[in-house]
Amino acid sequence: MLTKRIIPCLDIKNGRTVKGVNFVNLQDAGDPVELAELYASAGADELVFLDISATEEKRKTLADLVYRVAEKVNIPFTVGGGIRSVEDVDGLLQNGADKVSVNSSAVKNPELINELVGKFGSQCIVVAIDAKQVDGSWKVHLVGGKVPTEIDLFEWAQEVEKRGAGEILFTSMDHDGTKSGFANKALKKLSEELHIPIIASGGAGEPHHFADTFIKGKADAALAASVFHFKEIDITDLKKELRKEGIPIRL
Amino acid sequence: MELIIIDYGAGNIQSIKFAVQRLGFEAVLSRNENEIRKADKIIFPGVGEASSAMKKLRESGLDTLIPKLEQPVLGICLGMQLMCNSSEEGKTRGLGIFDVDVIKFSRELKVPQIGWNEITGLKSKLFQQIPERSYIYLVHSFYAPLAKETIATSEYGLEYSAALSKNNFFGTQFHPEKSSGVGAQILKNFLDM
Repeated sequence: MLTKRIIPCLDIKNGRTVKGVNFVNLQDAGDPVELAELYASAGADELVFLDISATEEKRKTLADLVYRVAEKVNIPFTVGGGIRSVEDVDGLLQNGADKVSVNSSAVKNPELINELVGKFGSQCIVVAIDAKQVDGSWKVHLVGGKVPTEIDLFEWAQEVEKRGAGEILFTSMDHDGTKSGFANKALKKLSEELHIPIIASGGAGEPHHFADTFIKGKADAALAASVFHFKEIDITDLKKELRKEGIPIRL
Repeated sequence: MELIIIDYGAGNIQSIKFAVQRLGFEAVLSRNENEIRKADKIIFPGVGEASSAMKKLRESGLDTLIPKLEQPVLGICLGMQLMCNSSEEGKTRGLGIFDVDVIKFSRELKVPQIGWNEITGLKSKLFQQIPERSYIYLVHSFYAPLAKETIATSEYGLEYSAALSKNNFFGTQFHPEKSSGVGAQILKNFLDM
């Protein structure tokens, strides 16, 4: 049976992990490769690297990092953050990334999704959507959730699927950082209306939040950053607990 | 041992190269007929769309070479699918090594299937030391139904071929290079043949 995926997210700035914390077995808390290896051995099903740096050197630094991760890590990983073109994606995939995620650039230029899918295939194109409720309806936001748009979350998600994306990574800005659970109502609606996998993001604080998003939110995967970084939740323990609750989980 | 990864412009070869490296082997990327013919083992990767990948194989003459190879050959993901008779994806003929036609998953399922699933019914030296119901990583929208060449099955809406084998040819729908320790062992089994 296909299992539900647990995905730690690493924020990267200039090739280093942001919010790096001193894990016991880590020589260098800021090295994304070491952290990635640690997560992989703890049982993470995939990893996401989100590049938040804005330097001119960015493209090369990120490509180098992807190469070093692919060299060491034997589980799939996705790279996102500021990806704008076919060339950006080509470089990352050639260096060993399994998937890339596009966000604001796809909203500004939806045709980019078709171009990327046509050239690289649906399987490696993830569209990340940040959204937040405005007057009771979910609106897509850009630039890491800072800039609101008039675009409806569910309409945009439908369009993303039609344009060929292989997966959607949905972050609820209302839940992100609150540690009060994922946006399960919106997730359930996405999951039922679409035919591609949905990754839940934003709001993880307790182990039962993951169970809730898989059962109530019908999510296919759940992503979190700080609860794993700050060792508030241990991935191995979390996965054991989820399996006890009858959720299909890889152990 | 001389290991070649066939480089025909379809797929993420870097990960396979690194996975092999972690096992202590060096792989050479090549699309050269003579080099491929002489190699001890061959990995035939593939990611992307079936009919355009077949077109690339035809352009380089690899479509006639691959079915005639006599050394162990491992097709991965789309590589395995192309080793079948045909694929519904782009309505293309395949290399005809495995006598099965690749078709699309039902629209009632989420497609692509992305993630970790179990393999069962393991019957090949490719799966030495691999316990039944081990987890492997897959990303695919099309699948090979069960066939006489099936050496591992998986379940997604229905039972299908997770791996196929005939004589010196092996194919896995899953990505051993991305399937953690289980995948590494499977690659090692292939390299040890």
